[in-house]
Amino acid sequence: MAKAHVTTTVNGDAVEFLCDAEQTLLDVLRDELYLTGSKEGCASGDCGACSVIADGRLVCACLMLGVEAEGLAIETIEGMADGDQLHPLQTKFLEHAALQCGVCTPGFLVAAKSLLERNPDPTEIEVRYWLAGNLCRCTGYDKIVRAVLDTAEEMRGG
Amino acid sequence: MRYEAPESVEGAVALLAGGGPRGRVLAGGTDLLVQLRAGMVAPELVVDIKRIAETRKIREADGKLVIGAAVSGAELGEHAVAKALWPGVVESTELIGSTQIQGRASLAGNLCNASPAADTVPALVAAAATCKIAGPNGVRRIPVEDVCTGPGQLSLGDGEFVVAFEFPKRPPRSADAYLRFIPRTEMDIAVVGAGVNLAFDDGGRCVAARVALGAVAPTVILVEEAGQALVGTTCDAAALQEMAAAASAACRPIDDKRGTVEYRTKVAGVLATRAAGIAAQRAKESR
Amino acid sequence: MAANSHGKTNGSTRWVGTRPVRPDGVDKVTGRARFGADVHLPNMLVGKVLRSPHAHARIHSIDTSAALALPGVKTVVTRDDFNDLPSEFVPAGEMLINYRDVVRNVMAREKALFEGHPVAAVAAVSEKVAREALARIKVDYEVLPHVLDVVEAMAPEAPLLHEDLITAGVEPAPTTPSNVAKVVEFKLGDVEAGFAEADIVIEREFSTQPVHQGYIEPHACIANYSEDGQAELWCTTQGHFVVRGHCAKLLGMDVSKLRVTASEIGGGFGGKTVVYLEPVALMLSRKSGQPVKMTMSREEVFQASGPAAGTRVWAKVGMTNAGRITAGEAVLKYQAGAFQGSPVQPGCMCAFAPYDLAHVKVVGYDVVVNRPKVAAYRAPGAPQSEFAVESIIDELAKRIGMDPVELRLKNAAKEGTKAAYGPTFGPVGLVETLEEAKAHDHYRTPLKPGQGRGVASGFWFNIGGETCATLNLGEDGTIALVAGTPDIGGSRASLCLQAAETLGVDVERIRPLIGDTSTLGYTFLTGGSRTAFASGMAVIEAARDMIRQLCERAAKIWDIPVDAVEWIDGEARPAGSNAGEFEPLSLADLARLAGKSGGPFVGRAQINAQGAGPSFGTHIVDVDVDRETGRVTIERYTVIQDAGKAVHPSYVEGQLQGGAVQGIGWALNEEYIYDDKGRLQNPGFLDYRIPVCSDVPMIDTVIVEVPNPTHPYGVRGVGETPIVPPMAAIANAVEGALGLRFTDLPMSPPRVLKALGDARVPKAA
Ligand SMILES: Cc1cc2nc3c(=O)[nH]c(=O)nc-3n(C[C@H](O)[C@H](O)[C@H](O)COP(=O)(O)OP(=O)(O)OC[C@H]3O[C@@H](n4cnc5c(N)ncnc54)[C@H](O)[C@@H]3O)c2cc1C
Ligand code: FES
Ligand code: FES
Repeated sequence: MAKAHVTTTVNGDAVEFLCDAEQTLLDVLRDELYLTGSKEGCASGDCGACSVIADGRLVCACLMLGVEAEGLAIETIEGMADGDQLHPLQTKFLEHAALQCGVCTPGFLVAAKSLLERNPDPTEIEVRYWLAGNLCRCTGYDKIVRAVLDTAEEMRGG
Repeated sequence: MRYEAPESVEGAVALLAGGGPRGRVLAGGTDLLVQLRAGMVAPELVVDIKRIAETRKIREADGKLVIGAAVSGAELGEHAVAKALWPGVVESTELIGSTQIQGRASLAGNLCNASPAADTVPALVAAAATCKIAGPNGVRRIPVEDVCTGPGQLSLGDGEFVVAFEFPKRPPRSADAYLRFIPRTEMDIAVVGAGVNLAFDDGGRCVAARVALGAVAPTVILVEEAGQALVGTTCDAAALQEMAAAASAACRPIDDKRGTVEYRTKVAGVLATRAAGIAAQRAKESR
Repeated sequence: MAANSHGKTNGSTRWVGTRPVRPDGVDKVTGRARFGADVHLPNMLVGKVLRSPHAHARIHSIDTSAALALPGVKTVVTRDDFNDLPSEFVPAGEMLINYRDVVRNVMAREKALFEGHPVAAVAAVSEKVAREALARIKVDYEVLPHVLDVVEAMAPEAPLLHEDLITAGVEPAPTTPSNVAKVVEFKLGDVEAGFAEADIVIEREFSTQPVHQGYIEPHACIANYSEDGQAELWCTTQGHFVVRGHCAKLLGMDVSKLRVTASEIGGGFGGKTVVYLEPVALMLSRKSGQPVKMTMSREEVFQASGPAAGTRVWAKVGMTNAGRITAGEAVLKYQAGAFQGSPVQPGCMCAFAPYDLAHVKVVGYDVVVNRPKVAAYRAPGAPQSEFAVESIIDELAKRIGMDPVELRLKNAAKEGTKAAYGPTFGPVGLVETLEEAKAHDHYRTPLKPGQGRGVASGFWFNIGGETCATLNLGEDGTIALVAGTPDIGGSRASLCLQAAETLGVDVERIRPLIGDTSTLGYTFLTGGSRTAFASGMAVIEAARDMIRQLCERAAKIWDIPVDAVEWIDGEARPAGSNAGEFEPLSLADLARLAGKSGGPFVGRAQINAQGAGPSFGTHIVDVDVDRETGRVTIERYTVIQDAGKAVHPSYVEGQLQGGAVQGIGWALNEEYIYDDKGRLQNPGFLDYRIPVCSDVPMIDTVIVEVPNPTHPYGVRGVGETPIVPPMAAIANAVEGALGLRFTDLPMSPPRVLKALGDARVPKAA
């Protein structure tokens, strides 16, 4: 089976790639486009390490086919900072030490960004449930939740 | 594997009918991709139905709600009309997986994956929803409970797929609710699920009740006896207890990695009771 | 010469104890950091492993011809490619491994001993081709009966995993083989006499399930073997020097010919102290002449990498009515997995370590079963045995109506206590953590109706070991710090802080790097909570070495004796009779003058760090239980632990919080579910239930600082102790809520509901 040709947008840039129909969007991002910021923790939708935003919706890149990206706008961790300006969530994650090993971090950041875009003033419970699909084995989640709440507060203030 | 994304129902039917037994519908892909990866399925053709407008729409006309087969949980959760009419169905959808899964997972995928533990199915069955099915011989409609015939087994014929879910008109003083039990707070498959849909007369007496249970039998079951235990009552403690007993009695579960027979049977009654309580409260508030 | 007075004067520190942003932070929040699977090499192949579908089977033959015939398949590796190795035990983290077993664990030889045991591997041009190739390999298995349970495995009629395994540690040595690899015993005083002094004696049997470390990054590596016999290996590991040693041994290479680089590591918790894919990738690369990348799927991680041991523990504790513990005894049976080497020994040593006891006896059994070989998991062996003891302590407190913190305080180990496993404790902080617990708002807040509160303490030794570090002074006065311990949780930050403190320079001027195996001397792995302590000591030594050189250079420039120069606040100052004679020379000044005055500055240290101070912790937890579904909810949680000195308090808190939440998973939901053929039913995060964000509350922390006298700033390891107390603390809290004592983990909803039902039956009757 010949590879499919896909035209899409990644972090605002027009991108074309070839892929097998079986390849997931995560495979394509990592192995074809070398955007390795999205991680594979499970390849089955359980860990959220591969979180990306597709046409405004938070999804697991491991549960989408690469061919499904045709015509969509994909946002990944690599597009989160604005030039040399970190996103407030990135800054707060650093300040709060909301990462230990950091492998879950890109997924959490992308997921938290999509939360704050929808809900600028989430409660702790809302943050916890929104992020329940992002596993972190290192931090016990405490500092992650604090960092998100603190970012929300700062962004509301600013 | 070949991937196609037709833009019409007819196009999809043609592809599926021509693709033979190894063609698969792709909606949100949250079941299908996991199965592909695990080598559990190896379709020759995948037909993505998300580019067909009808599968992506939520419509309400004359109090009757229609939900497209591929509408995602997140889209449904944001739909105020759907939520107001069928809070139980919407909450069952919103329980599926994580926020990420919500961005993709659909009602039709949940139903057609044919897992006895699918969360939306007890709610859809309790709601007496109907499936609109398109196929080589045109369109037909069947009750949701007639779609799955066993774990992984569907009554759909070659080339057929679910296009939408159609809901009956909501009577006054009625509401539905869905609850499930999972060991964690999120990210688990239901050990037991209970969907309850109740309607009351203006005297507060239950006039119609449908109770459906998930994960306690090879398919989701509609427990007529449980519903009957509530009809004619005010859903008082005694009636609820009788309903719970009927629910537990109807269970034919298995022991598996997610729960034991004993556990599922007990908890089915507990959840049915709690869901009925929520549905009754909602029905009351709908006045 | 006053080497460095900074940090020791008044016990006050300028950098140690602060919370700067970690030096590797920005890379990690932007997706730039490269983990094990994030590297691609030109001409790279994909390696995949064929794994045994059987829990126990003799391998008669392996036919790889059809796989090799497939276009795109470059090579295949089986047992025939690895030389057998004789029995030789070497340390792996806090556990011992045997090369005879390592080579068999990496690639099955005579038998497949667990589902997921590697049987062959292929390297091919793509993942797809590699998968297809695996399907074409024909293995002739003779399926054998298997055994998973530790007690069943000890029975004389149990299926034997290793026909030549003779139990060590018993006299006379048995004449027939069994699944019991080893028996160990620790004794202090006379337990019989101790129990005779007791008014109350409680004995119970406990069981714990194997649990996986659950790191989010699966194992991954890239090997690049060149025709001249040299090779590079990039991998996610807790110890690249250890990986180098194991791989060189298995491939018959000189260690100097193998350069191993540790990638950023996405969690390990002990599980990345052993080799799985690395030797296979090297062998595939050697045979194919191309770089080979291998990654494990999550399913493979669960099936074939090491969990913590599942255990059966019997424990007995005696106490007087006044609350003095008179004796403790325990028998520990630990699953080792397919090869010997469970952490039963540390389990025995830790069981009663929190208490000052005169009479203790602990016997441990190391038992092989048809499961993946266990690996270290945070305080390996301790959580299981301390779960048993801390549960009984709670019960004893209830019996005499004494507050459980009070009872612990009355019997707590302190400086001068002789531990049952041998040593006499130096300054330790158990009493301090208990006092903090008693005073904590959490402990004083009344419970809501239906809730229960539990407390438990925990102990872990911590280790030191061989460690190197270098500091390279740049020409502008900034410093490159090179350490050899992979940074899993922010250790680069704490090493920089210790270097900054010692040198008296701004921490931002120090940039850290985890050097590969060719840039530094042998450095033991990140494990045993040793990194902040041992690499910290090495960094401090290296800083002192550099200060020595800087002072010498200043002396030379000023033409005064070196002992008339002192290093204060990051600059060389003339001292004694020369004080005030010369303008001080800062680090930057000396760096600028380096070339003209005698050459560059490199601070080096190669140490064998000793005296890692043990760390004690005490946890408080409140639970609620849904009486109709059996679900336990953690309502509030507080961790109190002695850190000696918290170098970067945020990352210490993070260790305490992360350990507690792993413990919550262990206590409530995590378990392996096998079918009757010994096949794992839940090799994924959907059904292997680690806590998710919405499962847990904020985890409150209190850091107690009882300085470790052997470390210049008082540092103790902190990473492991926090996983020890949660299981007992939660069981004690559940008992408080329900009046039912759970001795079997996990306390999952079906178990809790069943116990509630069983408990109600007699009441109703
Ligand atoms: C991490 C995770 C958590 C999950 N949690 C839950 C949960 O809590 N509760 C739950 O119930 N499920 C859960 N699931 C399963 C899954 O997300 C749901 O079943 C979801 O609703 C499937 O919808 P989909 O659109 O993604 O289906 P797809 O994967 O696209 O399809 C599923 C199956 O249905 C078929 N199909 C899809 N659409 C149609 C159609 N219109 N007509 C005919 N056949 C069709 C497909 O061919 C396929 O066989 C979870 C899955 C993951 C990965
Ligand atoms: S890799 Fe996609 S959810 Fe884990
Ligand atoms: S920081 Fe390691 S998994 Fe989250």
